[in-house]
Amino acid sequence: MKVYKYGANVDTDVIIPARHLNDPSPAALASHCMEDIDEKFASTVEAGDIIVAGANFGCGSSREHAPLAIKSCGVRCVIAPSFARIFYRNAINIGLPIVECPQAAEEIRAGERVEVDFASGVITDVTTGKTYQAAPFPEFINGIIKSGGLLNSLKERGVAK
Amino acid sequence: MGMTMTQKILAKAAGLDRVEPGQLIEARLDLVLGNDITTPVAITEFEKAGFTQVFDRDKIAIVLDHYTPCKDIKSAQLCKQAREFARKHGITNFFDVGQMGVEHALLPEKGLCAPGEVIVGADSHTCTYGALGAFSTGVGSTDMAAGMATGLLWFKVPSAIRVTLKGKLQPHVSGKDVILHLIGEIGVDGALYQSLEFAGEGVSSLSMDDRFTISNMAIEAGGKNGIFPVDEKTMEYINGRVNRPCEAFSADPDAVYDREVVIDLDKLEPTVALPHLPENTKVVSEVAGTPINQVVIGSCTNGRISDLRIAAAIMKGKKVADNVRCVVIPATQAIVLQAMEEGLIQAFIEAGAAVSTPTCGPCLGGHMGVMAEGERTVSTTNRNFVGRMGHTTSEIILASPAVAAASAIAGCVADPRK
Repeated sequence: MKVYKYGANVDTDVIIPARHLNDPSPAALASHCMEDIDEKFASTVEAGDIIVAGANFGCGSSREHAPLAIKSCGVRCVIAPSFARIFYRNAINIGLPIVECPQAAEEIRAGERVEVDFASGVITDVTTGKTYQAAPFPEFINGIIKSGGLLNSLKERGVAK
Repeated sequence: MGMTMTQKILAKAAGLDRVEPGQLIEARLDLVLGNDITTPVAITEFEKAGFTQVFDRDKIAIVLDHYTPCKDIKSAQLCKQAREFARKHGITNFFDVGQMGVEHALLPEKGLCAPGEVIVGADSHTCTYGALGAFSTGVGSTDMAAGMATGLLWFKVPSAIRVTLKGKLQPHVSGKDVILHLIGEIGVDGALYQSLEFAGEGVSSLSMDDRFTISNMAIEAGGKNGIFPVDEKTMEYINGRVNRPCEAFSADPDAVYDREVVIDLDKLEPTVALPHLPENTKVVSEVAGTPINQVVIGSCTNGRISDLRIAAAIMKGKKVADNVRCVVIPATQAIVLQAMEEGLIQAFIEAGAAVSTPTCGPCLGGHMGVMAEGERTVSTTNRNFVGRMGHTTSEIILASPAVAAASAIAGCVADPRK
């Protein structure tokens, strides 16, 4: 689906500004997503769209509200050369797919239509016809994703009461 | 091949003899922390998952510090949710208005962090406790929920950058200048997925408050944690605060580092970070005279007693410039009392500054100093992202307490050495 493209070091303060953290409901977070760097994002994004960005995506605050806001907008996945580490684990823990692929992140342009096959890690730019291979997740992390997030995987293992 | 200090702590917590960088492990947690923004999300996930018990009510800390004393109805609802959860589960270390302080100043002060411990917090600046030789790192709310339920969490074992400190800081130069300089050198993702391990003979000259400030901003270089060796100053700090056995780890002599960065403390100058990234650093003399509207002195980075002493020494007997609002926020109640006893609060108020009860408030654009369109603040906080402290066109210049205090008096960015 269609691509929104941003630069490097997109921080969690612009993904969801702190002034909106007093209401963590998914609908409220979605309505303010990216508003400090892209006023039109929240009103134009559609289910299945993809964010492509530069390195260190999601840097700054640990707020899980950031990946939640993106997921609640219906964004299918985020593609970047690298992710800030807390954002990385938050995205996996809540089931927002993220894909590390420097070449795809650099070459894919705003507005292009892109499809991602998470099982194989193949990213297809439908507009240009070009394909990219992203590194697969380690088995442990795949397990969390397959369970539908961290808490589900813990429940399956029976390690909490 | 030897292990770094971080790797040794993680290996022990995972019940392993050794770990390798990149290895995924599950480690036992000594403390799980959350605040009034992140805890409610964690509680919702905890309850949604059907968990009914916390793993250990003594090993969870909940601090209502970000929007408190509550700035609006929505934030009051969040605090209410956290308060009810804490009561229901008998959380020992629950800190509400009146006892609370900025979490990363409060927890060490209360003896809740000790060398060798594994601490996670649903707040990115949880890395602060590396100053005490603990492994501590920021996580999300779902991680907090998992930690509260099981006392365990998954980690990828980090490789490390060794930051070798040489010499001794000059007057009016402090821990903030060290960490801003380092971030300027390696960039905001310079330590991504890595530990910053501080070492070298320069460490011993740094006060604990300087070390807290340095570890606090490891995340601003993308770091997983920022850790200091345990020495006499560490032991002196925890003496009387920590009443449980703890273990001081040290890096193996043959530990492997991805790279080494050497900082000569003698040569460091007061350093600031210009908008809108902490890596945009300049020595203060290069930008002296830049007009400002506000100065904020406080936060988990620089709201400790030494920070207030530095600021008060510069402001005492002088007046905040007419064009500037100055807000001073001691980080904990104990720091407020100490500052009162030492006459620091009086010095700030007589200079024309507003002094507040502890809160994170302005650092994240919550309350107590939010900026209007086009305004600029010199702040001792940790982030200068677009819109962080208010309007998207407002600007933040990150600085030490000395630079902030000198700037409040001068009415523009100023060098405290002049």
